[in-house]
Amino acid sequence: MFKRHGLSAFAVVIAVFILLPVIVIGSYAMLADGALWQHLFDTVLSEYLVNSLLLLFGVGTGVLLLGVPTAWLTSMCSFPGRRWFSWALLLPLAMPAYIIAYTYTGILDYAGPVQTSIRELTGLGYGDYWFFEIRSMGGAIVMMSLVLYPYVYLLARSAFLEQSVNSIEVGCSLGYSRWRALWSLALPMARPAIIAGLSLALMETLADYGTVQYFGVSTFTTGIFRTFYGYGDTAAAAQLAVGLLAFVMLLVLLERYSRRRARYHSAVESKARADLIPLDGSKALIAFALCLAPLLFGFMIPAAQLLYWAIFEAQPLGWDFVELAWNSFSLAFMAALIAVILAIILSYAKRNKPIKPISTVIAISGFGYALPGTIIAIGVLIPLAWMDHSIIAMFEGLGWDNPGLLLSGSLVALLFAYTVRFLAVALGSVQAGLDQIKPSLDHAGRSMGHSPWAILRQIHVPLMRGSILTAVLIVFVDVLKELPATLILRPFNFNTMAVRAYELASDERLVDAAPASIMIVLVGLIPVLMLHASISRRRPH
Amino acid sequence: MNLINKLIFSTFTAGFLCANVAQAADVVNVYSARKEALIKPLLDEFSASTGIEVNLVTGKADALLKRLQVEGSATEADIFITSDVGRLHRAKEAGVLKAVAVPALEASIPQALRDSEHYWYGLTLRARPIIYAKDRVDVGQLTTYEALAQAQWQGRICLRSSQNVYNQSLVAAAIHALGDETTQSWIEGMVNNLAKSPSGGDTDQLKAVAAGVCDVTIANTYYLARLINSSKPEDQAVANKLAVFWPNQKGEGAANRGAHVNVSGAAFTKYGKHYNEAQALLEYLASAPAQAWYAKINNEYPVVDGVEVSQALKGFGDYKMDPIDLEILGLNNRKAIKLMDRAGWK
Repeated sequence: MFKRHGLSAFAVVIAVFILLPVIVIGSYAMLADGALWQHLFDTVLSEYLVNSLLLLFGVGTGVLLLGVPTAWLTSMCSFPGRRWFSWALLLPLAMPAYIIAYTYTGILDYAGPVQTSIRELTGLGYGDYWFFEIRSMGGAIVMMSLVLYPYVYLLARSAFLEQSVNSIEVGCSLGYSRWRALWSLALPMARPAIIAGLSLALMETLADYGTVQYFGVSTFTTGIFRTFYGYGDTAAAAQLAVGLLAFVMLLVLLERYSRRRARYHSAVESKARADLIPLDGSKALIAFALCLAPLLFGFMIPAAQLLYWAIFEAQPLGWDFVELAWNSFSLAFMAALIAVILAIILSYAKRNKPIKPISTVIAISGFGYALPGTIIAIGVLIPLAWMDHSIIAMFEGLGWDNPGLLLSGSLVALLFAYTVRFLAVALGSVQAGLDQIKPSLDHAGRSMGHSPWAILRQIHVPLMRGSILTAVLIVFVDVLKELPATLILRPFNFNTMAVRAYELASDERLVDAAPASIMIVLVGLIPVLMLHASISRRRPH
Repeated sequence: MNLINKLIFSTFTAGFLCANVAQAADVVNVYSARKEALIKPLLDEFSASTGIEVNLVTGKADALLKRLQVEGSATEADIFITSDVGRLHRAKEAGVLKAVAVPALEASIPQALRDSEHYWYGLTLRARPIIYAKDRVDVGQLTTYEALAQAQWQGRICLRSSQNVYNQSLVAAAIHALGDETTQSWIEGMVNNLAKSPSGGDTDQLKAVAAGVCDVTIANTYYLARLINSSKPEDQAVANKLAVFWPNQKGEGAANRGAHVNVSGAAFTKYGKHYNEAQALLEYLASAPAQAWYAKINNEYPVVDGVEVSQALKGFGDYKMDPIDLEILGLNNRKAIKLMDRAGWK
């Protein structure tokens, strides 16, 4: 009994600690005097709101359209290339949104090779012909959908795979067609996972600064940056950030309300797999095209362009790229481990004691994901610097040398920020995995006298290995791509590949940024391939 | 598993070691808003010749400033470098800088390019003139920044976002010269004349002018110089279509104030612990070899006499610069952004 309470208390402590930066930002928001608000309200606020909503709606639609059908096709149907697509569709995850935006702009804008050749071939001038304006709201929606759909794909696919086949077969034996079974059974059952993926994509969209800023689309987040960087007003920026959070909270509550008491585990455990639905002829071709499109536009074309720039046009990387790659890799690896371990503890505590206070605290501990990295970084910096000051005072009191900024000046600050920012990613995947394990297993374990820790270690972790690996993968890749918090919090003489790519790109040397960008993509591929290997080992198909 | 344990151990220890490099004796610690590529080679040169180690963090000026504020007396940074005078001023206002009158710097850097109260020193000068398409613009039609609000430029102007600090400083300087109302109507007129909604950087505006999206833009000269010096034919093709016009060079009053300039500069932090090393570094950055490096590598104008500018900059010709006290750009920065918000300059 003590251990059960111990677990809950431990989880709440962790959640509060993770929330610390958000609380700091919230209290900062109280300091704003409102004068700037009036100005923002009079001038730009409505545009920020409308643009953010449009972007959310567009990207939401985009990631569902790209992610769910591909997940269904690769997990339930058989067609040429299916096995290959099943992992290749993850590749765009390794592509940071701002980098795909730079790359497509390089290809498609008025000064790029495509439009230049149109003008040279036809003799027309700019404006005499119609061409898709990449730097626009539409462009931003397409770019973000292309790199964010893997969140939906990944979670939906693992849900489809972990779904007990029985449900589908029962459906079929009741006279449902396979497609009917998809709509009436598989999709609703995979809903927690799909929604988890969708909300990750949407939160990432809300927090994005690089892409929208480059495309000149003013959103709530560019507004936060303008307030912070332009007006130098941290308090008003914090208020805007709190506004952003309130919006996210609303979304989360709506989602939770909409599914209320539904349960998503299947009653009977089955290791058997249904036969894949065979597709042939034109159906196979359509399936192939549906899977190829996101891969082609989200990965192959931009990666090929980056490679071309990196090899033929950019200044070559110096030997320090080994150090950059190592820094990026080790940071991402550590952050992924920390975030996933915390996510397991939190979701398990909630499963063990599904009472309101615990589930609420845990739900909001993931909110850092919707906040821009810069805001999180400030929220991390303030409490850590305060602790550093206390440590220094203590050392001096003891007559020891000044230890320097042990926390805020070291990687501790970065890892803390990553955990705050990306815990939601890990939570989403781990919880979806845990939801699919039926509670009777817990009861059985407990009736045999096992502690919650033992049940977690011996029953749940092995059963949701796929979800855990998924969580590790996504956090790893997210940290690899993360820029704003890294930029602010990193220690002296410490750079990552994302920082290098950003520095060159923001100095308007896009082509020279290509080698570092392609390195991010390549290092990001490592866990994608590892995950694939692990999933295929699990499933014979 | 063993490998993973080792990995975790080694990276965690490396993390804590990182925290302590800034503590050694002969070092100077730099927070720089100048990009690594545009400062590191000079710092390396400095270390090689003096034996003083330089530790560097780069980032956005306001973020580094925030870090300085939050770290307070515990900060390890000795020097704060920015690429814009507005942010130097903001740092001064925030109370994180220390006023130090360095005789060597006071002697070599002109009064207008450093803080009157010795809080910061300009290190390189950037000019922001009008750049136009040679084949589509009759240079006789160009006169002042203000004239870009005229109806003849309808649909012919490209501007970078008002999010960009160089444009904020341009407007801040105009507020000083023209007053709030005239500045407001100037930027409104200019925004009405835009050929496309602002996006991308200065180089993107130059490319847009070359591609025919618009006919004129306002950009820092080093971006054009970089295209001129580029080894890529398509960059040179862009540069060949463009020319620099120095605005506000003649006429009456504000029309004759000179072209807008800005500086990148450096300051001592209030709680820096390596004062002598920091001073040595600043003196080095203002020395002739360092100034020549800026001119050659990034096509910026030197702040000290007797240093040659790059060939590309020479080609742009001599000009009269706006003699405004640069700290005014910092003072007017917030107001500038408000006016831009009101004018709908995105």
